Amino acid sequence: MSSGEGSSQPSSKKSRQPKYSRFTQQELPACKPILTPGLVVTTFILVGVIFIPIGLLSLSASERVVEIVDRYDEDCIPSDQEKTAFIQSDKTNKTCVRSLTVPKKMQHPVYIYYQLDNFYQNHRRYVKSRSDKQLRNPENEDLTSPCEPEARVDNKPIVPCGLVAWSLFNDTYGFSVSGMNLSVNKKDIAWDSDKNYKFGSKVYPKNFQQGSLIGGGKLDEKIPLSEQEDLLVWMRTAALPSFRKLYGRIEQDLEANETITVVIQNNYNAYAFGGKKKLVLSTTTWIGGKNSFLGLGYITIGGLCLFIATTFIVMYLIKPRPYGDPSYLSWNRNPPGN
Amino acid sequence: MKRCVYINDDDLSHDIYCDNRISNRKYTVWNFLPKNLWEQFSRFMNQYFLLIACLQLWSLITPVNPASTWGPLILIFAVSATKEAWDDYNRYLSDKKANEKEVWAVRHGVKKHIQAQDIHVGNIVWLRENDEVPCDLVLIGTSDPQGLCYVETAALDGETDLKTRVIPSACMGIDFDLLHKVKGLIECPEPDKDIRRFDANLRLFPPFLDNDVCPITIKNTLLQSCYLRNTEWACGVAVYTGNETKLGMTRGVPEPKLTAVDAMIDKLTGAIFVFQLVVVMVLGVAGNIWKDTEARKLWYVEYPTKGPWYELLVIPLRFELLCSIMIPISIKVSLDLVKGLYAKFIDWDNKMVDQETSTPAHAANTAISEDLGQVEYILTDKTGTLTENQMIFKRCCISGTFYGNEIGDALKDEDLVNAVATRSPDVIHFLTVMAICNTVVPIQRQNGTILYKAQSQDEEALVHAAAGLHMVFVKKNGNVLDINFNASVIQYEVLDTLEFTSDRKRMSVVVKDCQSGKLFLLSKGADEAILPCASTGQQTRTFSEAVEQYSQLGLRTLCLAWRELEEDEYQEWSLMFKEANSALVDRDWRIAEVCQRLEHHLQILGVAAIEDRLQDGVPETIETLRKAGINFWMLTGDKQNTAIQIALSCNFVSPEPKGQLLLINGKTGDEVRQSLERVLLTMRITSSEPKDVAFVIDGWALEIALKHHHKAFMELALLSKTAICCRVTPSQKAQLVELLKSCEYRTLAIGDGGNDVRMIQQAHIGVGISGREGLQAARAADYSIGKFRFLKRLILVHGRYSYNRTAFLSQYSFYKSLLICFIQIFFSLISGVSGTSLFNSVSLMAYNVFYTSVPVLVNVLDKDLSERTVMQHPQILFYCQAGRLLNPSTFAGWFGRSLFHAIVVFVICIHSYAFEKSEMEELSMVVLSGCIWLQAFVVALETNSFTILQHLAIWGNLVAFYVINWIVSALPSSGMYTIMFRLCRQPSYWITMFLIVVAGMGPVLALKYFRYTYRPSKINILRQAERLGGPILSLGNIEPQSRAFEKEVSPLSISQPKSRSPVYEPLLSDSPNAIRRSFGPGAPFDFFQSQSRLSSSYARNCKDN
Repeated sequence: MSSGEGSSQPSSKKSRQPKYSRFTQQELPACKPILTPGLVVTTFILVGVIFIPIGLLSLSASERVVEIVDRYDEDCIPSDQEKTAFIQSDKTNKTCVRSLTVPKKMQHPVYIYYQLDNFYQNHRRYVKSRSDKQLRNPENEDLTSPCEPEARVDNKPIVPCGLVAWSLFNDTYGFSVSGMNLSVNKKDIAWDSDKNYKFGSKVYPKNFQQGSLIGGGKLDEKIPLSEQEDLLVWMRTAALPSFRKLYGRIEQDLEANETITVVIQNNYNAYAFGGKKKLVLSTTTWIGGKNSFLGLGYITIGGLCLFIATTFIVMYLIKPRPYGDPSYLSWNRNPPGN
Repeated sequence: MKRCVYINDDDLSHDIYCDNRISNRKYTVWNFLPKNLWEQFSRFMNQYFLLIACLQLWSLITPVNPASTWGPLILIFAVSATKEAWDDYNRYLSDKKANEKEVWAVRHGVKKHIQAQDIHVGNIVWLRENDEVPCDLVLIGTSDPQGLCYVETAALDGETDLKTRVIPSACMGIDFDLLHKVKGLIECPEPDKDIRRFDANLRLFPPFLDNDVCPITIKNTLLQSCYLRNTEWACGVAVYTGNETKLGMTRGVPEPKLTAVDAMIDKLTGAIFVFQLVVVMVLGVAGNIWKDTEARKLWYVEYPTKGPWYELLVIPLRFELLCSIMIPISIKVSLDLVKGLYAKFIDWDNKMVDQETSTPAHAANTAISEDLGQVEYILTDKTGTLTENQMIFKRCCISGTFYGNEIGDALKDEDLVNAVATRSPDVIHFLTVMAICNTVVPIQRQNGTILYKAQSQDEEALVHAAAGLHMVFVKKNGNVLDINFNASVIQYEVLDTLEFTSDRKRMSVVVKDCQSGKLFLLSKGADEAILPCASTGQQTRTFSEAVEQYSQLGLRTLCLAWRELEEDEYQEWSLMFKEANSALVDRDWRIAEVCQRLEHHLQILGVAAIEDRLQDGVPETIETLRKAGINFWMLTGDKQNTAIQIALSCNFVSPEPKGQLLLINGKTGDEVRQSLERVLLTMRITSSEPKDVAFVIDGWALEIALKHHHKAFMELALLSKTAICCRVTPSQKAQLVELLKSCEYRTLAIGDGGNDVRMIQQAHIGVGISGREGLQAARAADYSIGKFRFLKRLILVHGRYSYNRTAFLSQYSFYKSLLICFIQIFFSLISGVSGTSLFNSVSLMAYNVFYTSVPVLVNVLDKDLSERTVMQHPQILFYCQAGRLLNPSTFAGWFGRSLFHAIVVFVICIHSYAFEKSEMEELSMVVLSGCIWLQAFVVALETNSFTILQHLAIWGNLVAFYVINWIVSALPSSGMYTIMFRLCRQPSYWITMFLIVVAGMGPVLALKYFRYTYRPSKINILRQAERLGGPILSLGNIEPQSRAFEKEVSPLSISQPKSRSPVYEPLLSDSPNAIRRSFGPGAPFDFFQSQSRLSSSYARNCKDN
């Protein structure tokens, strides 16, 4: 039974005839595409035809990139020493000299990356351990609560606080070609947005690496954070456990077969957790660094599309199937019990 | 339990019963928040979301900002709480208005103006014409010298005619000036909600009359919310007040109905919840192991060597939170929204407006439109539902002479007109019974015509017909009736009315001829109620043959009879009748028994046949719906033959060779059992043949069958697609609905009268026809329509579209949340199983609430097939009935698709954004845009018809995603400052997007095309055929046909064998209205039986699984 308030409804309802509109009558003009063989096959062929050239283009761009990758973490440790102890000791000489051969001509700018493998910058405990507010504004120096366990030392706030900053990568590289020093441009390696906004120009490092445990690199307390570009690059956390970060640029061409001598200060402890450290020199093209995945992906997918299109054409020819055939409409056949 | 009401007693009554303050409010200002929250949190989904939201407050484990869950959660709660509050506020306002209305009432012996809410039980209340009755009153006085008054009860039962109410005999003749001094005692039952019964006693205290106990019935009451009409004033004693009135007791929110689709979604949600728990457990264990073996080596993570006691729980809980998005918080909101729109579409539909009365269809229940598409059984009332309930007197048989057989209208039959002119006594008596034996109220209109207000359409038809034959019922003056016959006025005084009940199936009046002073008993009723009461000498064979013949034509028959009464006999009986009338216990039964004592030795005068025309389009509608695999049961109070005839003429059962009617009857348990077993046997045999078998059962046998042979009857119900149940009571109708529901069928009950209300409320879907029997059914129903034929459109168009749309929407909602959740899981595998969220809080929230919700909401405009095609091929409804578009296997498809898409997006993104590009914020946006691109194409691929709105929503949403992210990227304070600009400048970003789209959609498209072309469903074929244009199939287009009865003039042979063989063989083989098939003779058209069998066998299979 309905309640009493509805009593006046029927009369008012009668007077209120629904207004006609195409929307209320669900009669909006509509296009009803259906999957005809022509449409589907054309789509696949079209996609294939577009994708393969793009794939080839990307692949060739990726191939044009000249890349030198040198893993140095193992070779830069005396083989007779315990690795972790060696790297943690203050007294050991961690200088290490490597020579790299340029396979092809590398046009400037040549980007210098360091690559860390098996380093979980995306670990939850790590990612969360930073205070963006503190980095931006000197007044927020005390906002260190998310930074545990690297928030304070002797109850004074650490700037920049948190595990991310604390574990700053601190290997350094010096380059020379046949005795001539190659200058490494370390300006503008960080994002402009970080320099201009995320990291304050009035925020200076304080109490950094003063605790009992020393993580990674140290910072010059006289330079504001916004100009500590290595820190900025490091603090853009990587999403994958294997990542490259920009170290600097060499602003001159490197000729083929030239030998580059790299003097590495091997300070960073990647041994404790079985990580790998690599030095990467790479040129760049419109697609970025060397990465053949996109090119290969496009070619594969394009090829598959063409293959599917061919299959459908063949199927269509062998077993044509009339559309909307009433004979398939018999409600008796193929009992719908499947 | 009894309630004693002391009339006009200012001391006693105050404390015991509540005052007349009406409160429909669910909440008060103070309990609103707790009560509303409690109600909302009694739902599992909400509890789940609350738990998740609470867990997120623990910053150690939360992957994202708690706001991302609290925001939507609070929004959802706020929206539904606001809606509740608004409704409640409106209820409060209307209550307030009613409570503060000024009424005249007696206070301390003085008539005063008081507010309606201050009326107390026992107060005397005065009403004037057109006043609304403020509480339940027992009448004690009216302006009418006879003590009559008229009320309109539309608000109570929906019936629009005027009802007469009379003051109790004890109060008769009390002077107007003394009325407010009346003292007395009314003994009445405790408040209940039965608006048709009020069994009480009144005793007035001296000096008012003697101490006699006076019976009070519903006829002596004025119930709350009725209106006083045609009466200058009336006054009464308040017996029930406030929320204890009859109306107040009937109030209350009916139980919310849950659709099959909702139930399925709940089930799937449960499955996803279990899946989520498994994932959480596996990842939690893996995370703890990884932490202990690997993470402790990572010096830069600085895991403490000894953590707190709950350390082991932290990682599983983090994953629980990370995976909580698997169950989309938006699904409830989206579903509520689209369901509201489905209901609006029904309200708006111009094609469902009854042009005669311009009544649009109305969906009172906005939540169950999908169920319309899944109906398996329709239980329909006959009178007023299939027929127009516009009774017209057509033929009669008076003492063996048939009138009206030749021209089909007795009123125009020369013979009858002549017989009236010659004052043939039988005919005159017949007309007198027609004119008097009723409860009709004639109202003189300004222009001299007379308007008859009748509760029963039959009576109205008879009175009209009598008037047409010069026996005009002119005036009703209290108990005195004025009959104008050939310009002379005859007066009768009605002494007693032996009312019609559905059990007695007859009504009688005792009248006194005012001239001769003779007493007569005039009776009319169903043949089986009247003919057995015939006087012993009279031959009733002619009459039963007439009844038989008329009912074969589908006419309603009434037998008219009379008897002259002796004064003594009447006096003696009258005492008994009074006593029975004042009985407090079993009053109905006792009255019936007393009536029985008078209604015997009747002289049968004749049989009147009344036509109730079929509504327009009924046969076509039933035929179409039967083709759609819906089974019909007809439940009617009418007699068997009439019911069968109507059933045949509206395609309920096929005519002979295909159709077969099996009768179940019998008066005793054994007879019924045997008959039932025979029918079952026949059913089992014929169920393998493409035969159209229906069983017919009457109320009596049904009672026995339901009580003693429940199992056998259940089997019968399962086997039989069609049934005709005649002579059933309202409660039996409800029982039958319950029976079918217990067989797990989706039932739809359709009816128009008060006797259908219970069945309508009982069924999964109740449809009411806003018809002539009032709006009672329409108000109780979930849907109300103007005419039966709109049912076709309601089910095939609205029900089907709603089901399809909800099926897509709900599965898609899971798809998109699973997609993002899988990606989070994959990401956690490469982030040291530590529970890092790849996405930031804003993106996650916007993904669920905004980016993916808008395009899919526009899906409410999607139409897979045009309405015309569906109407031509109603069989297509089978896909909805059997739940082919939303079930675990289709859901598994969507689940697989989201897994596949998650892999595609994730693998492509981490490879193309590897090494120097693998920056967290960037990768997160790349992955998110990948998901958005994919979902746009998924929606596009699944959309069947694109209107401009869909294009806007799908592609506009994609554009909106970029615009929003550009805006967010332009805000220096946001975490993703400049990210989107950086990405959009990179060619590799766009190349990655296209790769994701093609790699993700290519296989889906190929698979879909393959299925579409080589394993097409019927829907696909019809879509293809629709595209080709032209006439789709030669199979029957159902053309509207003119009505049956007008075409048929020749009567049927009355030689219908009375064989009571279980197989009612020669069913209508020679009946002209049997050939009412619309298809040509050559058309191969036996599919609908087999189809319906298939569908039900499939449905069975589904249920078995």
